[in-house]
Amino acid sequence: MGALLVVTLIAILLSLTTGEIDISVFELPKYIGEKGDGVIYSIMNKIRLPRILLGLAVGGALSLSGVILQGIYRNPLVEPYTLGISGGGALGVALVIVFGLHHAIGSFMLPLAGFIGSLVTIVLVYSLSLRGGKIHIQSMLLIGVMISFIVSSAMMLLMAITTADNLHGIIFWIMGSLDEPNSTLIHVTFWVSIIGLVVSYLFVQPLNALRLGEAKAKHLGINTEITIRILFILASLLTGMCVAVAGVIGFVGLIIPHLMRLMVGSDYRVLLLSSFLGGGAFLIFSDLIARTIISPNELPIGVITGIIGGTVFVIVLSRSKMKF
Amino acid sequence: MLQIERLKCGYGDKFHISDISFRVRKGGFTGIIGPNGSGKTTLFRGITSELELEKGHVLLDGKDLTEMNQKERAQEMAIVTQEIEGANITVEDYVLMGRLPYRSTFQFFETKEDYRIAHKYLELTDVFHLKDKYIYQLSGGEKQLAAIARALTQEPKLLLLDEPTSHLDITHQAQVLNLIQRLNNELGLTVLMIIHDLNLAGEYCDHLVMMNEGNMYISGKPEEVLTYKAIEKVYNTVVIAKTNPLSKKPVIFLVSEKVLSENT
Repeated sequence: MGALLVVTLIAILLSLTTGEIDISVFELPKYIGEKGDGVIYSIMNKIRLPRILLGLAVGGALSLSGVILQGIYRNPLVEPYTLGISGGGALGVALVIVFGLHHAIGSFMLPLAGFIGSLVTIVLVYSLSLRGGKIHIQSMLLIGVMISFIVSSAMMLLMAITTADNLHGIIFWIMGSLDEPNSTLIHVTFWVSIIGLVVSYLFVQPLNALRLGEAKAKHLGINTEITIRILFILASLLTGMCVAVAGVIGFVGLIIPHLMRLMVGSDYRVLLLSSFLGGGAFLIFSDLIARTIISPNELPIGVITGIIGGTVFVIVLSRSKMKF
Repeated sequence: MLQIERLKCGYGDKFHISDISFRVRKGGFTGIIGPNGSGKTTLFRGITSELELEKGHVLLDGKDLTEMNQKERAQEMAIVTQEIEGANITVEDYVLMGRLPYRSTFQFFETKEDYRIAHKYLELTDVFHLKDKYIYQLSGGEKQLAAIARALTQEPKLLLLDEPTSHLDITHQAQVLNLIQRLNNELGLTVLMIIHDLNLAGEYCDHLVMMNEGNMYISGKPEEVLTYKAIEKVYNTVVIAKTNPLSKKPVIFLVSEKVLSENT
């Protein structure tokens, strides 16, 4: 855990100091503060710091969602996007782009549409898996996957019939990016993800008990129904928010939770915070690479998370003897 | 004392058990037997409130278990099933989970008392030396002993077991059942257990409940229940009932079809 904190700090510092203009770590305090002017000050406070904040929030929230969803579904392949939440968000954004609403109304329409799209999917998955007032967890997973398919087909339909310009906009958005001009949105995202982390800790004992299975968690006095419902909603909302703000950044929610399980074990008291920090640090690193590797151009961050995250994970997994 | 009164429960309009009444005295050791599909597990799930009761009561020392919330119930009774999962947990952590029913939402860590209780029962069940191993490293018998240690750590009045020995060889069957019998005698724990093996049921339990097609066929002392008549009726199988010369408990012998046709 201590090591993770250090890694996160290093990620933040590296990301602050590296870029088109490199700054020494020791000069950092000069440039970060309430007042100031000059190019470096702007780069620090207007560009790099917001990205880091957003990276920490989005990476943390996605990874936290992943670890929670894997816990309640007791399925190692589940990740925040499995249930179609990202697809719903993407569809919302695609609709806005295709109908030109973001030009007509304002650019805030994009994250708003993303969030509404995610929300609709969440409500759909949730209500379709309610049977006689009870959530059936396995059918919920199936319904989510099916809705995800339907939504992505609808996306393809939209992309097939729209103009090349819109297509570019949609694809650009889907690939995901931490480039978000609206600082209010960044702050909201940051604090919501922190609140999400705190709320998840209220369910840390139920999550621990769920490692034994739903029936056995009940035998230990856990109200699994309520736990699963609230955690599902929490994870979904966090995911929806991330998708709305940063697009569909893949792999974080799948790989980091597994990596953390290998590193710190399966106790959720440690795992939740570790996943949050690990996800945040990972995304900050990935963003750093994405924006420096072919500078002055920028790679889509999803490319980096996929290639680096996937490779690291395969290496770690093939060397470990741990069971899931 | 556990009282089951006119219990009725089941699955929608499909299978039901009804009108089940019996008592397990405090410190008693009762076995539920019966063929597959006779309603043993349904009865078990009714008693643990996993199935909602349509009629009847489950009273433990006069208190209705079905009216408690899950946490209160987990302090009164502990459940051991055929298998435990949760591969990636150490035995100690697993057994400590038995303290969950006593913990508030904001209490994240185990107290010294929790450790003391968990260690006490790890020792009692003879798996203390395994406490730092992972569950997946244990053998079937050791897993069951760990499950019993976890159940005891809940400090329940009632221990419910669902075929705790079904996957074990006779060495471990005996080890697990001897332990349960010892707990029953020494701690005065009330035990209710589903068990398939009629001979083990007769040897270890002091009272048996035989289920048949959703109803209670007969209940009583092992020698009253395990008669060839009852077994041939309920299990639809020809058997011979004798008495164990040492324990004086009933034992059941199967007779193969071939032998049967040669002798008639």
